[in-house]
Amino acid sequence: MSILFLVEHDNESLKSVTLRVASAAAKVAAVAGGEVHALVAGSNCAGAAAAAAKIAGVSKVLKADAPALAGNLAENVAPLIAKLAANYTHVVAASTTVGKNILPRAAALSDSQPISEVMGIEAADIFVRPIYAGNALARVQSSDAKKFMTIRGTAFEAAAADGGSATIEDVAPAGDAGLSKYIGSELTKSARPELTAARVIISGGRGMQSGDNFVMLERVADKLNAAVGASRAAVDAGFVPNDYQVGQTGKVVAPELYIAVGISGAIQHLAGMKDSKVIVAINKDEEAPIFQVADYGLVADLFKAVPELEVELDKALQQK
Amino acid sequence: MKVLVGVKRVIDANVKARVKSDGTGVETANVKMAMNPFCEIATEQAVRMKEAGSVTEIIAASCGPAANVETLRTALAMGADRGVHVQTDAELQPLAIAKLLKSVAEKEQVQLVILGKQAIDNDFNQTGQMLAALLGWSQATFASAIEVAGEWLKVTREVDGGLEHVEVKLPAVVTADLRLNEPRYASLPNIMKAKKKPIDTLTPDALGVDVTPRLKTLKVSEPPARKAGIKVESVAQLVDKLKNEAQVI
Repeated sequence: MSILFLVEHDNESLKSVTLRVASAAAKVAAVAGGEVHALVAGSNCAGAAAAAAKIAGVSKVLKADAPALAGNLAENVAPLIAKLAANYTHVVAASTTVGKNILPRAAALSDSQPISEVMGIEAADIFVRPIYAGNALARVQSSDAKKFMTIRGTAFEAAAADGGSATIEDVAPAGDAGLSKYIGSELTKSARPELTAARVIISGGRGMQSGDNFVMLERVADKLNAAVGASRAAVDAGFVPNDYQVGQTGKVVAPELYIAVGISGAIQHLAGMKDSKVIVAINKDEEAPIFQVADYGLVADLFKAVPELEVELDKALQQK
Repeated sequence: MKVLVGVKRVIDANVKARVKSDGTGVETANVKMAMNPFCEIATEQAVRMKEAGSVTEIIAASCGPAANVETLRTALAMGADRGVHVQTDAELQPLAIAKLLKSVAEKEQVQLVILGKQAIDNDFNQTGQMLAALLGWSQATFASAIEVAGEWLKVTREVDGGLEHVEVKLPAVVTADLRLNEPRYASLPNIMKAKKKPIDTLTPDALGVDVTPRLKTLKVSEPPARKAGIKVESVAQLVDKLKNEAQVI
């Protein structure tokens, strides 16, 4: 028996989180035994399947290519996974909106209780996952014959994208369940790195006062090749789109450097960024909880401090 | 159409959870409890759909111990018509809750189930997806807008890259994300009225559902704490520290 992981892709190429899922799947294989296989489900997804076949440690790619698998509709993808699961001990996906939408549906079809946001793999049936917005870690043991899990990308190193030479096998896709239709997406376009893959992130909160003021953060981000994020308060206020949100129910990030600007630091926000290597907080309220997790705190008016930061960064980066 | 909303009783979102010293779980004795915020959004959505005329009756369901009746009363005060309490002191995991809600949905012959996308205690984010699987219904998770269009729902979903538009056939399970609506506060008259609304009590046994947990919690521990940082006096000092001490720029 082997391990199956769900590849996230755009039919042509892999999403970066897939490499982290592949390395988590390899960790499971190291304790549970068996090979690591990748499932590429999509429509005209030969490019993604070829890319998945190159991931180090993957020995087989299952390619399910059908129009009904476009748009990652859970009603069509989950039955396919549940059927394939017969040959596997573990099914692994990312804790992304795609993985979280599909994997529990497949697990329920297999009468298995999934394990979400796995951060640690201790044995074939023992996993560590965060609960209560990361204020506690639970070590859990699964008694299900087949384990379904989503993994937290930031907790695993990316597998090498090259070096593998897996075979690609076509599998018969399940048909269209006729229950749902993918209509389209409005994706935020940005030349900056993705939040979950960025080395540096600068995030703004309610203190930014308007969406226009985020331009200040973007200027700093451009100097550092950083992604721009936000707290829930800033998203709820309409300053920036929902995909900027870092936190318990938004994106979980762990960059080398996280700069929180005008963010008070509610536990729900801290849940999404407290594993960052270095945290900087800029806030005019010296009592703000964000300072309790910050390595470097600056009590200052952000409207003065952020433009200054841009100037000082220029100087510092020129000296390199 | 009839709608079922699920409501969960959790530690209040503003309270920081404390790990018990014996590592068996999180302290819940003498801690303020409240309805899971995502369940509030789900309930609000059902009430708005009723106010708009697309929903005829709202049934709120909660699974768990006797105290869950409080949470059901909150849903009733917000505008749900009646409650169903599946009473048990057993630990309930999402698969078991999905099975219980499936029986309730079938018994009540609802056309739509609205749940929160996740509970802020165990952060599983699974129940809606599993309920839809067990019922063989369509699912629209992480919804930020819902529109009824005949036999279908048009749903906008919050996804990692932005927003996604899908159409799902009724009957369906929808899970609510943060931006779906802003839940109302129950007014005093509505809180009084809610005390008179009926709540049926059922048990997992009566529904024929085996709720035995599949996951055994071996230990709950505190995450490693971050060491205390320092306050810097100026932006120049901050940049100097980032460059020369932390070496991240």
